[in-house]
Amino acid sequence: MDFGLILAAGVATGTVLLFAAIGEIFAERAGVLNLGVEGMMLMGAVAGFSTAVSTGNPWLGLVLAMLAGGLISLLHAVVTIQFRADQVVSGLALTFLGSGLARVLGEGLSNAGATALLPRLTIPVISQVPVVGPIFFRDQSVLVYVGYLLVPIAWFWINRTRPGLHLRAVGESPAAADAQGIGVVRLRYTYVVVGGLLAGLAGATITLATSPGWFSEQTTNGRGWIAIGLVIFAQWSPLRAAFGAYLFGAISRFILDIQGVDSILGVTNPFQAGRSATFFLEMLPYLMVVLVVIVGSREAARKRIGAPAALGRPYVRGERGA
Amino acid sequence: MTIRLEPRAIVPRWLSPLATIAALAVALFISGAIIAAVGGDPIRSYLHILNAAFGSVGVVSDTLVKATPLLLTGLACALAFRMRLWNIGAEGQFLLGAWGASAIVLAPVLPAGTPAIVVIPAMMVAGAAAGAVWGLIPGVLKALLGVNEIITSLMLNYVALFWIQFWVFGPWSEGGFQQTKAFPREAVLPRLTDFASSVPAFSGLTVHLGLIFGVVAAGIVWAVLERSRWGYEIRLIGDSPRAARYAGIDIARNVIVVFAISGALAGLAGMSEVSGVVHKLQDRISPGYGFTAIIVAYLARFDPLKVIVASVLFGALILAGREIQPSGVPAMIQGVILFSLIVAEVFVRYRVRFERRGLAV
Repeated sequence: MDFGLILAAGVATGTVLLFAAIGEIFAERAGVLNLGVEGMMLMGAVAGFSTAVSTGNPWLGLVLAMLAGGLISLLHAVVTIQFRADQVVSGLALTFLGSGLARVLGEGLSNAGATALLPRLTIPVISQVPVVGPIFFRDQSVLVYVGYLLVPIAWFWINRTRPGLHLRAVGESPAAADAQGIGVVRLRYTYVVVGGLLAGLAGATITLATSPGWFSEQTTNGRGWIAIGLVIFAQWSPLRAAFGAYLFGAISRFILDIQGVDSILGVTNPFQAGRSATFFLEMLPYLMVVLVVIVGSREAARKRIGAPAALGRPYVRGERGA
Repeated sequence: MTIRLEPRAIVPRWLSPLATIAALAVALFISGAIIAAVGGDPIRSYLHILNAAFGSVGVVSDTLVKATPLLLTGLACALAFRMRLWNIGAEGQFLLGAWGASAIVLAPVLPAGTPAIVVIPAMMVAGAAAGAVWGLIPGVLKALLGVNEIITSLMLNYVALFWIQFWVFGPWSEGGFQQTKAFPREAVLPRLTDFASSVPAFSGLTVHLGLIFGVVAAGIVWAVLERSRWGYEIRLIGDSPRAARYAGIDIARNVIVVFAISGALAGLAGMSEVSGVVHKLQDRISPGYGFTAIIVAYLARFDPLKVIVASVLFGALILAGREIQPSGVPAMIQGVILFSLIVAEVFVRYRVRFERRGLAV
């Protein structure tokens, strides 16, 4: 096993989680919990792949994937922001609807075969830097580089700009934000849709870059939920989310690759493909999420920083406690 | 145009059921439009569902067989949701229950030849206990460490599936296939068709004893929730955690206990499925019962008795939906139904006013 290659592939796989998690961070920072990430990702995955198959243009696929994710997230926005419905139930409904609709739209698509994928790039000069270069900058999909850019931009936007201040105000203290003349409803709509666009992008990252093809619900296989878990671990910070996403990407690649090895240090590999012990290996990412969510909530409790104060609560002007 | 919501001071008794029925109608209309848009025939699909689910005594029996696991997992969700405890892990608890019940005959815990009167109760206890343990994990984490139960209970669904796969591919595999050997007769729940020799009309009817488990469980959960002091505590925590705290109710203890019972109900569903329908353990024993259960519970408004009716409706959808093309249609309809129900509830709780901008005061 070449650990450099595993880490490089892990960065690509982690990019999927990165987009979804940062999208969810935006929505939650605005005070709206959206548990529909899995459904939005599947919509993006199917829209991106089917567009690329039928037009031969993966860039068009990317655009449509984001639109699909953004459009379906609008449903969650209307129901929770306008109609003040329970955000948990609405998010679950979005997951059901997105998964079902994606399966309906993706009917027959699993036999579509290969399609043109998004280009892969090697960055000159920095790809020659030892260790870091080959892992992060050699022969990666263009979307991986978009991920590198998104992390600092998201961090800067949330923590250092005026619109970012408004975003945090809307999620922490909507009544105070409203009194300041900030459009609470408008901003919440905006960031829920931003979350949807990024979840759609995450879906398309799977089908147009990291593991091309449409495999029904197996396409995402719970990664939308893993992204939501990462947000708790990341304590709503894009930088920590990036760390978590790449770590999870590397772990899931490692799990895949170790199954191809006959022996480890002279001992027969119990996790070789076809052996029943591999199922314990497959559990790892999901158990890891449980673990990081525990770590995240403990740390948040200790440092007295937690979820945005108004997360999960609809805002009604003039109502107490909002 | 703006939408204004005014809380209703009094909700008329007829409004809530009417809204539910309207929501179902709207959901079927929207789903039909989507089916038509992707080139299907909605009318024919719906007629097919009706016919394939309720067209004859035989298929009604099949519908009830599908409703049975939904009834028990639906109760699991309804009980937890009533306390606003988001147990999204009924699917995993169902699988663990199936595993625990199977272990009684496959490990084997009881020697071969043990009479059914001992084996069946042992399987029920083992299934419920395994489900309860699986439910306890998110429950304890939430109660003691304040960890979000939605993520943990959901993640454990995936872990449970791999756990089942390990056993059916590994230690319990029969001849290298992805399933165990068939259960002996003592480990199989009686079905109506088993009594066909004395009642010929029962011939071919696969409804099994698990349905009775479900109905009895619904009655018990209803009695506990609506008629006991403890049920009052659960409802009070759900409606107003702050008031519950001031009343001296131990919320952490209730979180743990309710999660365990919720898991036990889902685990019993898994036992009923392997013992009553599949008669062996394999990894594809659930088409997502534990997830559909969430919608069943919501449609029933967390009322255990209404869960019975709701589970039959979704049992029909799952049974008849298997043959509908495209194959994602039943899942999509479930999503549309849940959204419609959410919006319907808004119309029950609030008076919804549409106002042209500028006219509003």
